[in-house]
Formats: sequence, C-alpha cells, structure tokens
Amino acid sequence: MSTTHSTVEEIHSHGHDHDHDHDHHELGFIRKYIFSEDHKVIAKQYLITGILWAFFGGALSILFRLQLGFPDMNLEWLKPILGGWIDESGKLDKEFYLALVTMHGTIMVFFVLTAGLSGTFSNFLIPLQIGARDMASGFINMLSYWFFFLSSAIMFCSLFLETGPASGGWVVYPPLSALPQSMPGSGLGLTMWLIAMALFIVSSLMGGINYICTVINLRTRGMYFSRMPLTIWAFFFTAVLGLLSFPVLLSAALLLIFDRSFGTSFYLSEIYIQGQALPNMGGSPILYQHLFWFLGHPEVYIVLLPALGMTSEIIATNSRKPIFGYRAMIGSMMGITVLAFIVWAHHMFVTGMNPFLGSVFMFLTLIIAVPSAVKAFNYITTLWKGNIIFTPAMLFSIGLVSLFISGGVTGIILGNSALDINLHDTYFVVAHFHLVMGAASFFGLLAGVYHWFPKMFGREMNKTLGYIHFWLSFVGVYAVFFPMHYIGIAGFPRRYYSFTALGNNAEAAFTDLNAFISIAAIITFSSQAIFFFNFFISIFKGKKASQNPWNSNTLEWTTPVEVGHGNWPGEIPAVYRWPYDYSKPGSATDFIPQNVPYSATPESNLPEETEEIAIEKDIEGLLSAQNEVYNR
Amino acid sequence: MSVAHAAPAVPEKLTWSGGSEPLKASYGKLMMWFFLLSDTFTFSALLVSYGMIRFSQPAWEGAVDKFYFSTTHWPIPEKVFEAVPFLHGMSLPLVFVGIMTFILIASSVTMVLAVEAGHRGDRKDVEKWMLWTIIGGFTFLGSQAWEWTHFIHGPEDLAVAAKQVVDGVTVPIEGANLVRNPYGPPAFADLFFFITGFHGTHVFSGVILNILIFFNAATGVYERRGHYEMVEKVGLYWHFVDLVWVFVFTFFYLV
Repeated sequence: MSTTHSTVEEIHSHGHDHDHDHDHHELGFIRKYIFSEDHKVIAKQYLITGILWAFFGGALSILFRLQLGFPDMNLEWLKPILGGWIDESGKLDKEFYLALVTMHGTIMVFFVLTAGLSGTFSNFLIPLQIGARDMASGFINMLSYWFFFLSSAIMFCSLFLETGPASGGWVVYPPLSALPQSMPGSGLGLTMWLIAMALFIVSSLMGGINYICTVINLRTRGMYFSRMPLTIWAFFFTAVLGLLSFPVLLSAALLLIFDRSFGTSFYLSEIYIQGQALPNMGGSPILYQHLFWFLGHPEVYIVLLPALGMTSEIIATNSRKPIFGYRAMIGSMMGITVLAFIVWAHHMFVTGMNPFLGSVFMFLTLIIAVPSAVKAFNYITTLWKGNIIFTPAMLFSIGLVSLFISGGVTGIILGNSALDINLHDTYFVVAHFHLVMGAASFFGLLAGVYHWFPKMFGREMNKTLGYIHFWLSFVGVYAVFFPMHYIGIAGFPRRYYSFTALGNNAEAAFTDLNAFISIAAIITFSSQAIFFFNFFISIFKGKKASQNPWNSNTLEWTTPVEVGHGNWPGEIPAVYRWPYDYSKPGSATDFIPQNVPYSATPESNLPEETEEIAIEKDIEGLLSAQNEVYNR
Repeated sequence: MSVAHAAPAVPEKLTWSGGSEPLKASYGKLMMWFFLLSDTFTFSALLVSYGMIRFSQPAWEGAVDKFYFSTTHWPIPEKVFEAVPFLHGMSLPLVFVGIMTFILIASSVTMVLAVEAGHRGDRKDVEKWMLWTIIGGFTFLGSQAWEWTHFIHGPEDLAVAAKQVVDGVTVPIEGANLVRNPYGPPAFADLFFFITGFHGTHVFSGVILNILIFFNAATGVYERRGHYEMVEKVGLYWHFVDLVWVFVFTFFYLV
C-alpha cells in the first residue's frame, strides 16, 4: 500500500547493492522501466504495446481489404513477407484470409481496445485524478501488464505457425473451433489462441480488481464519488463489467480446451466430419455462444465506456463549460453497465432460439438506446454555445460523438430481431460495429493520447500533424464504413473470401464500391503513420509542456510537469468541488481546479456551495487519516 | 493487535468523502472480495452449462427401484455414488460424499477459529487452527481422489448392471472417463470431472495458500507485522471454496 514508503525502502536496500549502482536515488533501469510498479510506467507500457498491436491489426485488415477490393490483383510482391500464404496464382491463400479476419478482430478488440485503451488510461488516470500515490497494489498491477505481455507474445507467435493462427472468426464458435481436423487454423493456432486468451483474462482480472479497489479506497480527502471526474466513473464501470464478464469467457474457453484436447462433448453433438461420424454426443454448440456473448456483449462496453469517459472530460475542458448533466452521465453509464449483461442473445437471433425469447432480448437491447441517447445529447448540449477550443484531442472527441451517433443508429436497426435475421453476418453488421465500437473507441483512444500526452511525457505533440491526422482519419473512417452499409444491405456476407458464388451478378454491381472501400482503408491506415511519428518523436523532441496546458480542473494537472514516483512531491491535495467549474459566473478565471476551496472563491459561489464551506475544515482534518491509510 | 490494521476512525458523515476506507476494509481484503465475486461468475457459468446440458437430456421416468444405468437417460446420483471405503459391496448412497462435505465444512470452522485467534494476536492458536484447516483440506482432496478413482474404475456389479454392445456381442464395461460413461450419458461424466475437478483445483490452491499462511505465522512474520490480516484474506477464499462446494454438491449429488 505505502508506495512512497516502500519506494524509500527499496531505494535504501538498493543502496547496499554496489555492483551496478550508479545512482543511489533512482531505481535501477529494470525496476524503473521494465518490471515497474509505478502506475504511470505501466500505463505507458500498455499504451506502447497497444499502439504496436494497432498497427499490426490494421495491417492485417489492409491485406484482406486487398483481396476484397481487388480480387484479381497479383499479390506476388507480398511473397517476401507472407511466403506460402500467397499461392501459385499470386493470390491470397483462402485459409489465410480467414486467419486474417480472425486475428484482426482478436487483436483489435482485446489487445488494442481493451488492454491498449482501458489498460493505458485506467492505469494512468485513476491514481492521478482521484489523488492517490499509486494503484492499490503496484505489484498486482505489474503482474497484470506482464500477463498481458505473455498473452501478446503467445498470440503473436501463433501468427507464424505453418498451419496458421486461429481462423474461425474472433468468436471461435465450435464445432469449427472444437475439432482440430475441421480446418488448419483450428489446430495448434487455436490452442495458442485459447492459451493467450486465458492469460489475457487473468491480466484483465488483476487490472480490474486494482482499478475498483483503488477508486473505492484511495480517493483523496474530499473526493466524494459525486465529485469524481466522469473518466473515473467510466473506468470504474468498465472494471466492473470486465470483472463480471471475463470469468464467463474463461469458463467457456476451458470447456472448449477440454473438448479440443481431452475428448469431452460439452459443445459437440452428433457430428460428421470428412464423412466420418464422431463419437461425441449430448453437447450443444449454442451453449458456447451463450457463454461467449455473455462476455462478448459487455466487451463492447468495456471497449467503449473508457472512450466515452475521456470524451466527457475533453469536451467539457475544451468547451470551457461544465459537462451537461453530470449525474445523468453517471446514471446513463450505470444503465449501460447493467443492460450490458442482459442483452447478449441479440447476437444469436439466427440460432433458432424461441422467437419469444428473441423478442425479450430485442426489447432489452432497444432500451440501450435511451442511455446512449442521453450521452449523445449531453455531449452536444455541452458543446452548445461553448467557447470551443479545437485541439486535436477535442476534434477526436467530437469525431467520437459523430461516430457514436451514426454507428448507434444502425444498432437500433440491428437490434430488431426481424431485421437482424436479414442482416445477420452481412457487411451491414461489420459497418455498424466498426463505427460504433471500433472507430469510436479508437477515436477516444487517440483523443486521450493527444490530451494526456503532456502529462505522460512532459512534452506536447505537434498540433498541425494532429489536425492532419484527424481529418484524414475522420473522413477516412466514414469513407470506409459508410459504403459498407450498402454492401451489407445488398446481402454480402462477412468473412467470405470472394463473392463469385452469390449469383445474379451482385458481385459485379458492387466491385467499384468494394474497391473504393479498400482504397479508403489504405489511406486511413497510412495516415496513422503521421500519428506514429508524431507520438514517438514528440516523446523525445516535443515542445516542453507547461503544468496545466489545457487549463483543466482535474487533479492530475496539479502534479509537477515531470511526475515522480508517488505523484505529488508534498501532501496530496484535498478536493473541495466537482471537476467541471468552467466559465463559472462571477469567477475571474474561466476554470477553478478541484483543489480550490469554496472559501477562496466567494465571488462565484452558489448559495448551496457557500454552505459547503462549513465542512471544508472536516475534510482537511482527514489528512492524518489519509496518511494513515498509506503508512500502514 | 487488531487495532493496528483497523480503518482510520472517520466521522460517519465523511465515510464516502475520500481520504479513508469507506467499507472499513483494507485494499487487500477488498481485492479478495472482488476476486471472489469474479470467481463466482466462473463457477456460475459452469453450473449453468451443467443445467443446460442436463435438462437437454432425458431423465429416468420409472420407479427408483427399477432404475438401471444406461446412456439413454441421466443417472440418479444415489445409484452412482453409493460406495464407501472399507465397506465393500454395501449400498450407502451419498454417505461418503456426505462425510467429505462435513470435513470441508469443519475445516471452515477451524479457519474461523484461526481468524479469531489472529484477532487476539495469539500466534500459537493461529498455528494450531491453521494446521487443522490444512489437514481438513488435504483430507477432502484425498477423499475426492478416492471418489474419482471409484468412479473411474467402477464397482464390480456395474459390469453386470450395464452392458455395452460391441459388434453384436454384449460385453461388461468399466467405469467412466471423459470419453465414455457407463452410468449414463457421457456428458454426466464430462461435467462431473470438469466441475468437481475445477473445484478441487481451487481447494488445492487454497491448501497451498493455507500452508503459506501457516508457515508465515509459525515463523512470526505476522507477529512482527503486528496483525494477522493475511489469515483473514485467505480465510475468505477458503470459505468461498466451501460455499461453492455446497452448490456443486447440490447440483451433482442431490438434484
């Protein structure tokens, strides 16, 4: 618990160790940058791993977009990289195409938008914004990253197997995934996929428990739950979602491992493969789908909520206005969290489920539109008549709101079971979820990086490059996914290598549109290189940042520019107000940070806030109790 | 002793004001609680899977005394688990598993006593009760190993009761494994091995943790630290494992 305390001890014991010790006041390189227990370093480890995965996952999508957009293209030039995956006729191997879509999904959903997004910003912002020295358990936090790293390493290795990585789609439905003989990708590749996912679940569990306990126990004095920035609320709900849904995926994966390797029949029932009857009986592949989507649907919000939380913060700061409906925002996130657990079967409308059950899940699914709309309207009303400052982070946040709305509207269409039966597994679904959870969350991730970069590295990112990056990404994302809706309505199924068997010449009618999407995807993907260079060069060469570059209210900006271990050099500041006092009438400045007491701002206090002055002494009196928590 | 790790005293109206531990629990204890909440979902998923598969299979419709083992209907647990070590050939339905359950619950009681001794800072008593808890844990695991072995080998009369037709010839068969199951549908054995095995793994890791705690208590680590909170944390885990067994027991043996 006592971070500063234990740090002092570590430095002390380290001091006796003369062999490799040039600096007695610093931890060694390995403890400082590799096996670090400092939440800020762990956050950066997550971020950089996530960025690398994002480029990798993106590159995979470009490969299969080449096949979809230009089915006759000669891909001989990719032979040096892909080797045998390019067949004799110079085309992408069909099995490898399936591996590409599978790994693109797995990498993007879990490794980029779960670990890279929530792992980065929950770690970085929770202690800084609630006023804590570090995470509750630095050690478990470190383990969390290294389990993720191990999981990443195994998943990465599986890409180089001769039989290819997992290829049954990111959902790995049995019986395709349960029978190694069903396709090459269901062999060792899927075994490694399952091992990697089991480790990933352990990692996310350790991270999530830490986030929850840190928020409950380590808020600084005065930081009531009702004064927490919306980012923290979002991370808190995200952690709860992960805590309760990932274990179910673990169970599903363990049962699948037994079906694959030990001859059980949990998911397998009377089945023929290659003309041969298998002995399995009594299982149910639908059972796997239920277990999978009990995680799979909350996972959508695990990906999206942190992005929404950061957007709330960035939009309020850069509109110089309080967030509209702070409590409604918390309530809507809570509503989304609860609903997330009771809508999973809307992914399974075509499994032959009872239509009445389908209607129940349809009803629950459509209710999600309510809290989602609350959030969308609150963003718009926060922007309304604000003194908007268009930083790159702000642009990406506004972009998120746009993508969230356009992707969310098609969610209402897909949530209807009657319509979904038509659109299920078409490119309409692909377009929907890429807009609403893929691109929107990715924009949230980028917004977060642009906004908190000065706090992470003490330097600023180049704004001009940020603007170019934003416009290319924003226009690019819409150019990729908007036309995809039409392709989906036209009946093009997802995960198909080619559409020559569709008949009625439908394929020819959409050749141009598919080529257009592929070109847009290549441009969008390439423009991310701008970000890549901006990010890595700014770490070393960026303009030195000031302490509070965005004139923001939250606590992280009260730390020194170069934040040390323990976050605040002296006492942790106390908190007296909510984080959204922007442009408050009567105030001389257009922002009042959370650590400014009401007694210091009589000119701008509302009547009920003047009453709060009475308990300020009590809150300050908690200092010794707070220090006691750390020094035990 | 317990004073040293009590939550700092804070006026009630400031419970949730930050700067203190609102649930009067240290972060370590909270982490254990949330882990257990998460693990509850792991087990729930498995038990729900059990329920779904079981109720998709036909049950035995006839009278209990007419029951016979067959893959066409789900077995009656009393008929499957009726053996007790050293009482060869006697029909004692669910007696042995009852003893196992009693042992595990008794080990929860000794764990409570260890936690209570920790509150008093009584090192000798902590050691004593932890040791009893460890013994209880190992006894349960040993009993489970016997139960499994019996289930895998099958009783002698099963060979008479259940027969398998191979190539037109009726041959007696042995007990269950993950692939075949003479007592009933293969799913019965699959689920039995998987879920009791998963629970047994939890018990095993609990025993390992208990041994670590015993070792630390015996070497005075907690006495020097000034409190025995680690005993409480591991105690929470141990009680959870017991509670899960109650559900596993209910699902596999009683229902």
